[in-house]
Amino acid sequence: MALLVLIPVGTVASSFLVPADDVWRHLAETTLPGLLANTFWLALGVAGGTVSLGVGLAWLTAVCEFPGRRFFSWALLLPLAIPAYVTAFVALGLLDYTGPVQTALRAWLGTDPGWFPDVRSRGGVITVMVLAFYPYVYLLARNAFLTQGRRSLEAAQSLGLTPRQGFLRVALPMARPWIAGGTMLALMETLSDFGTVAVFNYDTFTTAIYKAWFGMFSLTAASQLATLLVVIVLATMLVEQRFRSRMRYAEARQGQHMRRIALSGGHAWLAAALASATLFLSFLLPVTQLAIWAGGVFSQDFDRRYLEFFGHSLLLSLLATLLVCGFALLVTYAARRHGDALTRVAVRVATIGYALPGAVLAVGVFIPVAWLDNRLADLAAAFLDSGSGLLLQGTLLAVLAAYTTRFLAVGHSPIDSAMQRITGSIDEAARGLGLSGWAMLRRVHLPMLRGGIFTAAALVFVDVMKEMPITLMTRPFGWDTLAVRIFEMTSEGAWEQAALPAVALVLAGLLPIMLLVRQTERH
Amino acid sequence: MTTFRLTRVLIAILCCTSLLAATSARAEQVVVYSARIEQLIKPMFDAFTRETGIEVKFVTDKEGALLARLKAEGRNTPADMLITSDAGNLWEAAREGLLRPVESEVLESNIPAHLRDPGKQWFGLSVRARTLVYNTQKVKPDELSTYEALADPRWKGRLCLRTSKKVYNQSLVAVMIDELGEAKTEQIVKGWVANLATDPLSDDTRALEFVAAGKCDVTVVNTYYYGRLMEKTPSLPLAIFWPNQAGSGVHVNISGAGITRHAHAAPAAIRLLEFLSSEQAQNLFADVNMEYPANPRVASAPAVAAWGGFKQNPINLVRAGELQTEAVKLMDRAGYR
Repeated sequence: MALLVLIPVGTVASSFLVPADDVWRHLAETTLPGLLANTFWLALGVAGGTVSLGVGLAWLTAVCEFPGRRFFSWALLLPLAIPAYVTAFVALGLLDYTGPVQTALRAWLGTDPGWFPDVRSRGGVITVMVLAFYPYVYLLARNAFLTQGRRSLEAAQSLGLTPRQGFLRVALPMARPWIAGGTMLALMETLSDFGTVAVFNYDTFTTAIYKAWFGMFSLTAASQLATLLVVIVLATMLVEQRFRSRMRYAEARQGQHMRRIALSGGHAWLAAALASATLFLSFLLPVTQLAIWAGGVFSQDFDRRYLEFFGHSLLLSLLATLLVCGFALLVTYAARRHGDALTRVAVRVATIGYALPGAVLAVGVFIPVAWLDNRLADLAAAFLDSGSGLLLQGTLLAVLAAYTTRFLAVGHSPIDSAMQRITGSIDEAARGLGLSGWAMLRRVHLPMLRGGIFTAAALVFVDVMKEMPITLMTRPFGWDTLAVRIFEMTSEGAWEQAALPAVALVLAGLLPIMLLVRQTERH
Repeated sequence: MTTFRLTRVLIAILCCTSLLAATSARAEQVVVYSARIEQLIKPMFDAFTRETGIEVKFVTDKEGALLARLKAEGRNTPADMLITSDAGNLWEAAREGLLRPVESEVLESNIPAHLRDPGKQWFGLSVRARTLVYNTQKVKPDELSTYEALADPRWKGRLCLRTSKKVYNQSLVAVMIDELGEAKTEQIVKGWVANLATDPLSDDTRALEFVAAGKCDVTVVNTYYYGRLMEKTPSLPLAIFWPNQAGSGVHVNISGAGITRHAHAAPAAIRLLEFLSSEQAQNLFADVNMEYPANPRVASAPAVAAWGGFKQNPINLVRAGELQTEAVKLMDRAGYR
């Protein structure tokens, strides 16, 4: 099963069969050292930022009580619906030299203030990415805190730990697989990102990949660079996994009513302020700007076709979500039944597609599909005596296969974390009752995995909706989606017109997020 | 089990779409892979269908992806025509053997020689001129002369440039390498980098806004970005300067097209290509994006013509493709991000 996912990654990796020394030598001599440093600091900054912000907010909304907690607990997920490059463009539009903030400042001071920080900088990119990607960590960590149960914290308190110590020494270590999973998602998203860094003109490893491909016409070198990126991510994952390989996680008994830690006056308002600031910067501000732009072009651009784009986006996301979650469940279950090292590594490799830049992965999917298609066409020609053309590409098969490859990691992380909560003794008990195989998965595991599956579904749904390069390359004729529409506008620099499909995209993404929150809230 | 029921629904949907795809592929039609976006091609396709009854089916994507796609699909590709928004990628498509030569007197008479492939595999359809735009409050036009002169230390801290990752800058530098040689060009690009007022910007519009806001005094952009911005905010203190008029002329790129090697509907596709080069379609093709028509018998839109006439660099755009990799490397060496 994992093999199916491996084909595209393997296709990309097979680029090493053809030498591209020239490009490598050039990169090594010129930009590569700088790119690696840039990428390293970006990854470190985004990881640090998403963990601090994501875990902090998750703790506050899951365990503590402060004004507006109920609202923030779901609202803080909203930034997921906005593609990171859109947030980046809006942030630059507002805060760069020509933006309204600096322009007003110059008008007010009568001169150019030298102290305004340069937004097109490392700090700027990191900030935007943290604001865009923290919900991955937030969602998973919150899930962990909610299911940890109150008992363990009470036990900690009865042992004389303060709530703060309880958080650091009990809750945090117990939530580790979730936090690691969320951070890994944020990190892979960061490493494979091209749109956001392009808006900032901040050169990373991905920049080199695209430059080799588009600038120097060497898809081979681009694929080789991308493979290297994947190997680095894989190594990081395995190291992280090794660190916690001895740990076992068990679910607290359900049904206990959580008694929240009521934050005192000052602290409560501080918590509310932090949540408000995050929500404002990561969601309200960009969406307001988008809405203003969209309003400006609405009358000339909006037509009936938007209904079609909307429908295509929803349908593709829905189908992909079902596929990815189904696959993720199977892969997780397989890893549980055969817990050997080989399976574990295979599962890791199967989820690595997320770290590949989307456009490169799209080619990796496309080549085998086209190959298969050509064989089918040959076959058809031999039997029917007439060319049937390419069949698979007229279907959604290619695009769905590509989505599955890319987003398996997103589906896998929450489901895998939830699976770790199910202790071995439960399996034994089930076996004692005569359940095994499918029946065990269906009757014992699935009900316990509900939360994890819903989390996975929402994440995948929203991610697929935002996806651009794969959709562009593998969509059947006429299957334009909202993301395709955004591409059409932005590729000729018409960012304000792109606001209309972007707003529609955000709206379409809200629904699954709301549903998800209602599900997790039931705990 | 809901999952399994849904899987069945999924399979049913897939089967239906494949059937639909199979049955709909019968009427006479041309299939186009286009890196020129929908808004900039659809009006012409519609006009073509009205005139000939031939349907045009198209899919848009970036050039790199379209080329990879054509290559992977091989002789079963559904595509008859490839449209790009630069010459470099057409050159690359021809080099990879993805296009076929087209013998057409119509095309040869409609499109000037420097805007088409000498091997007849691709043809320019609209001209994108890369020119200088300056801040009228800070620069007098007689201070400006050429692209190369922007490397002069007198422009220190006064120049804004778009990133070197954009193909338009890569083509510009490629053509400079052809004219001036590599060493001289590298020196000039280094001079540009030394004169930058701020890090290279992500797009032309932003570069224009920086000039208008006074962060820098002059920049190099494609004219239609200037046109679009001025249409929205006519009061901006910006004006076009046509560089290198005493020398080789303004650097131009093209948006163009070629017929794929394995086209199934080649005659219809060639008809479409000829139609796009004709007087009838050229205005539409160029004017939707304030570009210049490639066909010299067609006048540009009044708003565009108002920027004045200029001498185009007559170098064949094949050179831009051939030297693009060199140009990218040179800009890396010069520290032009």
